[in-house]
Amino acid sequence: MPDIAYEQARHGSSIGQPLTRRDGLLKVTGQATYAADNRPEGLLHAVVAVSRIARGRVAHLDVAAAKAHPGVVEVMTGANAPRLAQDPDAKDNPFMFRLDLLQNDRVRYAHQPIAVVIAQTLEAATEGAELLAPRYEVDSPRIGLDAEAPQQPEGVGAGDKTIVSRGDVEAGLGQAERRVEATYETPAQYHNALEPHAIVAQWEGDRLIVDTPSQGLAMAKMRLAGLFGLSPKNILVRSPFLGGGFGSKGFLSGPQVLGVMAAKLVGRPVKLVLRREQMFGPVGHRAETRQTLRLGTDASGALTALDHHTLTATSRFDDFYEPASAISRYLYAAPAVSTRHSGVRVDTGTPLFMRAPGEASGSVALEGAIDEMAEACGLDPLAFRLKNYAESEPISGRPFSSKALRECYAQGAARFGWHKRAPAPRSMRDSTGRLVGYGMGTALFPALMMQAEARAEIRADGTGTVALGAQDMGQGAWTALAQIAADGLGIDLAQLDFQSGTSDLPNAGIAGGSAHTATAGTAIHSAAAAVLAQLADLATNDARSALYGAGNAGVYARGGRLIRRDDEGRSESFTEILNRAGRASISAQGQGAPDPAAREAYAMHAHGAVFAEVSVDPDLGQIRVTRLVGAFAAGRIVNPRLVTSQYYGGMIWGVSFALHENAVVDPRSGRVMNANLGEYHVPVNADVPPIEAILVDEHDPHVNPLGIKGVGEIGITGTAGAIANAVYHATGIRVRKTPITLDRLLG
Amino acid sequence: MNRFDYVRAGSVAEAVAAASEPGAAYLAAGTNLLDLMKGGITRPGRLVDVTYLPGLDAIEHLPDGGVRIGALVRNSDLAYDPQVSKAYPAVAEALLSGASAQLRNAATVAGNLLQRTRCPYFYDPASACNKRDPGAGCEARGGETRLHAVLGWSEHCIATHPSDFCVPLVSLNATVEIEGRAGTRELPLDALYRLPEDRPDRETVLEPGDLIVALRLPADAAGFAGHSRYLKVRDRTSYAFAVVSAAASLRLEGGRINEARIALGGVALKPWRARVAEAVLAGAEPSERSFRDAADAALAEARPSGDNTYKIELARRLIVRTLTLAAAGTPERMPALPASAFSGDALHA
Amino acid sequence: MTFRLTLTVNGEPRAIELDDPRVTLLDLLRERLGLTGSKKGCDRGQCGACTVLLNGRRINSCLALAVSLDGAEVLTIEGLAAGEQLHPVQAAFIEHDGFQCGFCTPGQIMSAVGLIREGHAGDDPERVREGMSGNLCRCGAYIGITEAVLDAQARSVGTGQGDAA
Repeated sequence: MPDIAYEQARHGSSIGQPLTRRDGLLKVTGQATYAADNRPEGLLHAVVAVSRIARGRVAHLDVAAAKAHPGVVEVMTGANAPRLAQDPDAKDNPFMFRLDLLQNDRVRYAHQPIAVVIAQTLEAATEGAELLAPRYEVDSPRIGLDAEAPQQPEGVGAGDKTIVSRGDVEAGLGQAERRVEATYETPAQYHNALEPHAIVAQWEGDRLIVDTPSQGLAMAKMRLAGLFGLSPKNILVRSPFLGGGFGSKGFLSGPQVLGVMAAKLVGRPVKLVLRREQMFGPVGHRAETRQTLRLGTDASGALTALDHHTLTATSRFDDFYEPASAISRYLYAAPAVSTRHSGVRVDTGTPLFMRAPGEASGSVALEGAIDEMAEACGLDPLAFRLKNYAESEPISGRPFSSKALRECYAQGAARFGWHKRAPAPRSMRDSTGRLVGYGMGTALFPALMMQAEARAEIRADGTGTVALGAQDMGQGAWTALAQIAADGLGIDLAQLDFQSGTSDLPNAGIAGGSAHTATAGTAIHSAAAAVLAQLADLATNDARSALYGAGNAGVYARGGRLIRRDDEGRSESFTEILNRAGRASISAQGQGAPDPAAREAYAMHAHGAVFAEVSVDPDLGQIRVTRLVGAFAAGRIVNPRLVTSQYYGGMIWGVSFALHENAVVDPRSGRVMNANLGEYHVPVNADVPPIEAILVDEHDPHVNPLGIKGVGEIGITGTAGAIANAVYHATGIRVRKTPITLDRLLG
Repeated sequence: MNRFDYVRAGSVAEAVAAASEPGAAYLAAGTNLLDLMKGGITRPGRLVDVTYLPGLDAIEHLPDGGVRIGALVRNSDLAYDPQVSKAYPAVAEALLSGASAQLRNAATVAGNLLQRTRCPYFYDPASACNKRDPGAGCEARGGETRLHAVLGWSEHCIATHPSDFCVPLVSLNATVEIEGRAGTRELPLDALYRLPEDRPDRETVLEPGDLIVALRLPADAAGFAGHSRYLKVRDRTSYAFAVVSAAASLRLEGGRINEARIALGGVALKPWRARVAEAVLAGAEPSERSFRDAADAALAEARPSGDNTYKIELARRLIVRTLTLAAAGTPERMPALPASAFSGDALHA
Repeated sequence: MTFRLTLTVNGEPRAIELDDPRVTLLDLLRERLGLTGSKKGCDRGQCGACTVLLNGRRINSCLALAVSLDGAEVLTIEGLAAGEQLHPVQAAFIEHDGFQCGFCTPGQIMSAVGLIREGHAGDDPERVREGMSGNLCRCGAYIGITEAVLDAQARSVGTGQGDAA
């Protein structure tokens, strides 16, 4: 368990305080331990060899050459890999992704693992993998959205419906005064968390201990239990810190399991770390899309119909379809809305959830098309969005549990100076002669709730514990969840022992879907409330207590005391209550889960508005984002400092989506030709302009007991489209394909 | 990375002897060599470490006004040398627009001159590449070619040279001092590099064992100091290789161009000296018209090697821009974003 | 063959015996000296997570062969704070939330220390952004990073602590 420093809460309540990260000291001193930093006694190094072809079979591996290399201990291939208790190609549920664990010689995507070399040193294992010099029987890969005739998948994303619609879109388009039809394309993108997938695996008889980054500890444990035929209680997964996840560490990936297999094969602890180029294949990606939007408006600019169709790709052997059209179900009011998906199968690794899966890709297309429609109507882009503001969720018709989007538009526009935007494209320049463009986009991300459990305890010495297997991938769980825990128990953070990050703690669910703080926070809140209810029982039923007769609802906890609501002068410390009752401690469990009735009655989303300014060189086409302002409403803000950072991070992902990220695949080979961080561009510091994130007040009584919506993913949505629209405004050139690169702006 | 013999050379002669063996390579900072070795692109059997050689890390300002730069001088030390940045501002600007501060602190002058192409097919051992494996073919042809060459390429190789530094250097008639088995010789930098023709594996005229010990800039190169710029178009604001880059230096006299020097980066397998364009400008008035004529001349022979037709027009516009900025005068202080389209310079003088 | 070299690591002279010339400075630190603060994000000089100071200058430790560094001084994130006293750059990173997942952070901080020592960026945000562009942050903490570097730069000008490391 990491030794984490505390910052004292400043005003009694922890929630709402802009505390610095509790794990900050560890992170700035190099003491935060990531998976690959573990070095148990007797450790061997494992390096994966991956396929250079995308389709075919491995005909030969020079195992002898690899084994002959000094320091190499073992080569794991299909011939000697430990037997698994479960077929890695079995699929019991949509969240069980098929893995490549050397179960046969088939190659189904480039960079698929085909062997593992285990050696005394990293240098020997690395060269051993090189010496395997595989030979292949090669089949032509099928790559790209035109690889085959599209099919309609059974579901998209996390089991969403493929088609959701309301009203007659064709009729709506038919009666429209003005129409826009536009096709937008987005490329394959790779998560590229800066920490490559890594695992240190140790077997102790039938017991397995793994250090590996995981956004879902309990699921990782169950996956290992299934594959290795172990009792889950014999497996410990530790992931106190993830070096970024973004969805790629939500499910245990094949290479992580290979590390466990390698440790079993050699009977010693093994460390396996993916090389950067190996991150482009077996650990998921955001699939490419081709999205066609058809919009119509009446003479006033009110939408009469919106049709959003997405063509995307999944792997040849598994199913994950980017649900890019889904965002059109939530955002703009129209009497007829249709959202549809179709897909093809290609010879790549299986795509996966990647920060704002669906919404990110869908938003850039939708916001572009909305911008085009606004222009066709002769309306300012903001005025057009306000004109088509959804007062209830467009397709379902449900009211929103809360929606402060108007305030987001207003505050963002004011801060940005949107009124200074000249309507005509290519009409604004800066003092040096460069083109200037203003663009905007609406941000939205669903306010999801998943399942989580937590345990809470208070002790007679006035301290408390909250424990759950939550995951901090940088969003700040160590800090934000502890703030919720301290408030839940009514103690100061300094009195709280907050335990997290390992699979032997209560199942805190997955850190994904921007739902972890809300879900795990609700479980914490509920566990702490159960503890306090027991404590209140002891006090309010005891005639010796100052709180006698107040009733459970008549007291609240703060600063380690129970306090009467009707008379704050009357209170009693936890210590006094527990000592008198002869109790050393009180503990309880709590759950976090969606409230089905509330979910049925209300549509729940976080909203925002993003405004972008870009500078474009009129001759050279080079683009720079010069300013971003985002205003977001996401319910209760647990820690404004960390939430602001989440918005910044999301908006920078928006910059990346609009201008940089692009996995360049050679269709002849199926290989990603820029599988490195030098040429798979993500923004560098100099690409990031001054950014402002405005936290718009919003109170949501329905979304969950704490009123929390997610903040981790919404920042990408809106931003990429705002930048693309700003580039159009600057240049008069509408680029409907991301990334927008300079060669497209040369005119 | 393959196993190799590690030899620490105590003298230049010892280094040359040790590196003359087949399969040997010189190791300086290793910023490019180790990258290539980790990728399995090159697998030298012997590394001859020259970093301990004495005397190769000095910048000497010569009595004749030229400068002699030791092969082991680090890129950042050269860029921030006050005299160098004053006399050869485009050289400093090019250096500072390349790679990152960390890499510039490590990478040496000679290593920069000899860095290998970033062609993704060269970097992908599973792709056919005539540079890696003579006669194997060029898989870049018909592949992803947005960043490939538009000048001087052959059907055997369409890669580009990645260096920024070399672009102003060739325009300023830099030379290299080479120690080899046959003794010492000096070559124009421009003559160090070969175009691919039918042997793209032969990238330079260096013979086995040849060691670049110094780079020289002639005295007259400093005569352009007041009107000398480097500009680099790229896909990211920083830490990216050039899509196209240009160095332009002018000597102005009485409102006319006495002499012009122009070179391009990112367009060919060597830093591309545009002598025909220079000739167009000799005696001309600096104007958009004359700059455009020069740019047209520079790209007259250009042809796309794939999906990169845009580069030709981009290079033309970049030459015009760089000449415009050079004519306006070298800025007092290095721009915050060196060589950037967003360096803050006004577009028109 | 064994290669013997001396490195001063975080102020401490270390006699190092290497059985393999292929070991990079980064892998030496992480796998053989137990200094795992420096991170491996790409191993190819493209991310900056492995940044350390070598003889006082920031470099990518993944692209330096240890065997070639005999006699050098290396400063890593583990050696930056003076006991309990954080270096101004470390303190500023916490205050300005200059990180999220923390994986790039040791490299960012060592790079920032190097940048301030180089003395070319001063208080110009644009020069700081450019000078820190060799360090990728996938979480997108650049706003806090730039603020932290400017803040630490200002503090070190005030106190002369910039060269404390």
